[in-house]
Amino acid sequence: MKSICKRLFLVTLMTIGAIAFSFSTMAGGHLKGELEIFSWWAGDEGPALEALIDLYKKQHPGVKVINATVTGGSGINAKAVLKTRMLGGNPPDSFQVHAGQELIGTWVKAKRMEDLTPIFKEMGWMNKFPKDLINLIGTDEGIWSVPVNIHRSNVMWYVPANLKKWGVKAPKSWADFLSIAPKLKAKGVTPLALATNWTANHLWESVALGVLGPDKYDKLWTGELSFASSDAQKVWEMFGKILMHTNTDASSLSWQQATDMVVNGQAAFNIMGDWAAGYMSTTLKLKPGKDFGWAASPDTGGVFMFLADSFGLPKGVTNRDNAIAWLKVLGSREGGDAFNPLKGSISSRLDSDLGKYNAYLQSAAADFGKNRIVGSLAHGVTANEGFMNDFATVMGMFLKSRNAKQGSMAAQAIAIQNGIATK
Amino acid sequence: MGFKRDQLIAVLMLLPSILLIALFVYGFIGNTVYVSMTDWGKDAALALDPVKNFVGLKNYADLFTGFLDGRFRQDLVNAVFYSFFLVAGSLAFGLFLAVLLDRNPKGERFFQTVFLYPLSLSFIVSGTIWRWLLAPDGGLNVLPVFIGLPKLEFQWLSSLETTLTFNWQYLPRLLVIMISLVVLVISLFILGKGSRKTGAGVGILGFLLLAIGIFGKDLLPTILFMEEIHGLNMATIGIIIAAVWQYSGYTMALFLAGLRGIPRDLVKAARLDGASEWQYYRRIAIPMLKPITLSAVIILSHISLKIFDLIFAMTGPDNVEAGHPSLLMYLTTFRANQFAKGASIAVVLFILAAIFIVPYIVSSYQGRKAAEL
Repeated sequence: MKSICKRLFLVTLMTIGAIAFSFSTMAGGHLKGELEIFSWWAGDEGPALEALIDLYKKQHPGVKVINATVTGGSGINAKAVLKTRMLGGNPPDSFQVHAGQELIGTWVKAKRMEDLTPIFKEMGWMNKFPKDLINLIGTDEGIWSVPVNIHRSNVMWYVPANLKKWGVKAPKSWADFLSIAPKLKAKGVTPLALATNWTANHLWESVALGVLGPDKYDKLWTGELSFASSDAQKVWEMFGKILMHTNTDASSLSWQQATDMVVNGQAAFNIMGDWAAGYMSTTLKLKPGKDFGWAASPDTGGVFMFLADSFGLPKGVTNRDNAIAWLKVLGSREGGDAFNPLKGSISSRLDSDLGKYNAYLQSAAADFGKNRIVGSLAHGVTANEGFMNDFATVMGMFLKSRNAKQGSMAAQAIAIQNGIATK
Repeated sequence: MGFKRDQLIAVLMLLPSILLIALFVYGFIGNTVYVSMTDWGKDAALALDPVKNFVGLKNYADLFTGFLDGRFRQDLVNAVFYSFFLVAGSLAFGLFLAVLLDRNPKGERFFQTVFLYPLSLSFIVSGTIWRWLLAPDGGLNVLPVFIGLPKLEFQWLSSLETTLTFNWQYLPRLLVIMISLVVLVISLFILGKGSRKTGAGVGILGFLLLAIGIFGKDLLPTILFMEEIHGLNMATIGIIIAAVWQYSGYTMALFLAGLRGIPRDLVKAARLDGASEWQYYRRIAIPMLKPITLSAVIILSHISLKIFDLIFAMTGPDNVEAGHPSLLMYLTTFRANQFAKGASIAVVLFILAAIFIVPYIVSSYQGRKAAEL
């Protein structure tokens, strides 16, 4: 009886699946023309994008996909090209953008994006993505992009065997870190590896989250907590203390070189987003969990600071239907699971097939499901592009002056200038 | 009748290029100046019809005296040092190489190519190479190890040290002192020419300015409410070395052509009169290179304002220590979406370039006129 039930159930499932499949092919079959996708995913990330495009082509064989990439780390060049194209009235059908304020502050405020809420409702995505995430990629007026992947920013990396050799443990708090740092230094080891200036911004956000806690951290970005407040000043003080235990040649190094320092045993820890896991497991062929270990950055256990790449739909594009079909592929379970294992990130959906991911990504996905989620500053979630640009300048000044008061005052001034805080 | 038709044809032939230049060069310069006097860059800077309010010279005032624009001021100071060292370094090395090659050593052709070759590389390529050469734990710093010396510890591009510092608050006083020194030099020059009265007058003016600059602490305004120290950042030195490396071959070629252009009989006459090598170069060859030096200075100084790609390749966008206004303009405009402020930086750069170029154009125009007469 039981087995018949099971079989019946399976058969129904399969028929539903088959019908759904034929439906989707029928629906997609009539799409024709072109689709231009604009991104900065060349190089290491190219194959992941190709996997998505292949999936799209399978569903919509009639569409010719134009893959327009402009290289350059975190899209510095691509964004400039995109701006000239948008200003010139020649938007690509869909473009890559960091989810959150980087999109909202620049393009949504300029009224150049279409609201994607209807697509989210039609596809039933409203409860497929975490609620915190949908809040962060939307405003009161709508939802503005489809997130393709999730990276975690607040991760501390280390080599377990080395820590054992040096007789230290991964610190749970910054106070712990400061107490073990002299011990490491005495052994000729750099306590914390740091790289070029944007990684200082990256470290700062993890320190800020640790010092302030998620509630106050969120309030920084709504303007409820002033950057000049004594709380925020404590972030800069702690940040300055941590910088004392970093390598002096930081600004000459790429983030990969900072990771290398940890892998080679020159440094004990490194705080970097989880693309570092991709670098270590894919490029350096290290085994996650065995050859390298990780923990939430100090004082941020139970909080997941995320950043996401996403695609939006500009107004007035030539191939709107094709672009919408593209967004539907991106938000689908298959789309997420085709792209992310290759990219080294987790799917933004709550129902992804974890079997396809490696040990690190599985643990990240587990945290993503149950942790408090906050947005990253250095990667465009919490603040608009104006603030991010000015913050890089403030950081440059601080790296030289190490003056916490000046740092927090300047941060407040740029927050006012960029409309995040009001006096 | 024929004359008129000739004129008409001339006008018609010139018209397209005049129109195109008027629109695409001067029209856009004008538009940039206009944008720099607006506040374009608030909330929805990239809207189809962005809000632009006229704010006059506010952006410029912010750049030079605003709390948040310290980066621009450091970049401007950097730009002065970049220009000075690029021009001086390339001229010195170029002249040195040209004199060496002028003496017809063996393999002269080969060395000529070798020295000129860096010029054919783009700044991006040479910048990337130099970035590796100047890495703190590789390249130049480990060279001494091969001959048994300790490794160099200089941090090159990531150095945070500064020398020759001054306080930006007192910029007006510094400018007055600099002007007074120029005036004093001019007065000496006039005195040397024999007109004592005007010379003395100009001299007194110079001393007066100097006194105001040094003692007039309260007479001249401080332009910033807080102390702000700028100076020669050591991080720029690596970039200067790379730029000089790339351009000294070019000045070498210019100087070598100049040296080869000196009439042979002049050389022979000098030899017959018993001039030593040193005397020949010091008294005859180098003075004759003056016009070439002038055009080399003009060309190099405006190249030094276009050093953007070299810096971008060597340090990336946010190495504030080694920045340049052109880099800041790009970031302000295309990363921060502050179009008005970006435009005002562009205008400052434009004026800087004009300071170099306009005297050259005027002098060459006068030269041509004189030649026609």
